[in-house]
Amino acid sequence: MADPIHQFEIQKIFSLGHIGGQEIAFTNSSAFMFGAVALISALMIGGTAGRHLIPTRIQSTAELSYEFVADTLRSSVGEEGMKFFPFVFSLFMFILTANLIGIVPYTFTVTSHLIVTLALALMVFLTVLLYGIYKNGFKFFKLFVPHGIPIYIMPLIMVIEVISFLSRPVSHSVRLFANMLAGHITLKVFAGFVTSLSALGALGIFGAVLPLLMTTALTGLELLVAFLQAYVFTILTCIYLNDALHPGH
Amino acid sequence: MAEGQGKSSGSGHTAADGGAKGGFPPFQKETFASQLVSFFLAFALLYFIVSKIALPRVANLLGTRQGMIENDLAQAQKFKDESDTALAAYEKELADARARAQAIGAETREKLAAQSEGERKSLEDSLAAKLAEAEKTIAQTRQTAMSNVGAIASEAAAAIVQRLTGAQPDARTVESAVNASIKG
Repeated sequence: MADPIHQFEIQKIFSLGHIGGQEIAFTNSSAFMFGAVALISALMIGGTAGRHLIPTRIQSTAELSYEFVADTLRSSVGEEGMKFFPFVFSLFMFILTANLIGIVPYTFTVTSHLIVTLALALMVFLTVLLYGIYKNGFKFFKLFVPHGIPIYIMPLIMVIEVISFLSRPVSHSVRLFANMLAGHITLKVFAGFVTSLSALGALGIFGAVLPLLMTTALTGLELLVAFLQAYVFTILTCIYLNDALHPGH
Repeated sequence: MAEGQGKSSGSGHTAADGGAKGGFPPFQKETFASQLVSFFLAFALLYFIVSKIALPRVANLLGTRQGMIENDLAQAQKFKDESDTALAAYEKELADARARAQAIGAETREKLAAQSEGERKSLEDSLAAKLAEAEKTIAQTRQTAMSNVGAIASEAAAAIVQRLTGAQPDARTVESAVNASIKG
């Protein structure tokens, strides 16, 4: 049976050099990252090349993604959050495209690697932290001091708030990583059943129908998960950005 | 899942190997640097493209469309207002015309009524005159007839008296007697 882990392997394509003894290579993951960027650029720039007043399907998709992210950001952060629009839009489109590419057989899922989702989450975390302090100064730490809490349980609440704030990048990144990883392993395992069962002969081919149906259904589910996880990551980013802009709860 | 495995394989990294062997791939530390570098390059490129080219472009498109829609709506509103004023003017004209028609109708009716009233009056007057004349004629005729009645009665009375008495009565006496009996 095919190894369900094989799809996550990083394969070096060519070497770019060394940083502190570590080899920096252009890998299959790099290729799919730049592929995602190319795909997004094609959609957003190529798709809108016609500048149709009545949009074509591709232009409509580009406009729809623009308005979807803009509405999400505006509804949770407000108008002043729009300065983060390019950042949030890049995050959403990068994750969504990487997730969707990953569903295609024989491709690599960039977001199934914790280091990538962690980098995404840390970018959000640092943006929130640095911008929050830059914008609000010391008042940013009011984030950890909710209103209307009796003074004698305040230290406890503050500890909890700080821990929850610091654990944000962990939950933010692991959620996306684990969803993509688990979905792809499940898909691969069921698809593996199809091949190994059908290799057994006529009865095996008959028996392979069930895992094939399962694989088909799971692919549909994975499409949903791909979109949903990109959306969840984006909306959480918006909520965290809201904290940076309005730390007073 | 295989975190322990990943940790153990992380230390034994060789630069020549891409790091595909051993351990659970997402936890192979030797691949982290490559992925991070690629990721930041790709994301910076994406951010640049999105913020400098893609988003302004789509925003411009949406803005143009929004402007066009608002323009068209304003134009439609203008046309609607114009048609509303035209309709109001038309209705006013119609009301005026109706009022004028009613005025003309009333005037004509009055004039005709007055005319027919006059005609009726003159007809009545002429009829009354004719009636009076006829009555006069009747009265005259009756008077004449009455005076004739007196003469006939006198003659008849004289004839009766002569037959009864054989004597010719005095004409003046007969006449007064007849007159007295007619009046009585």
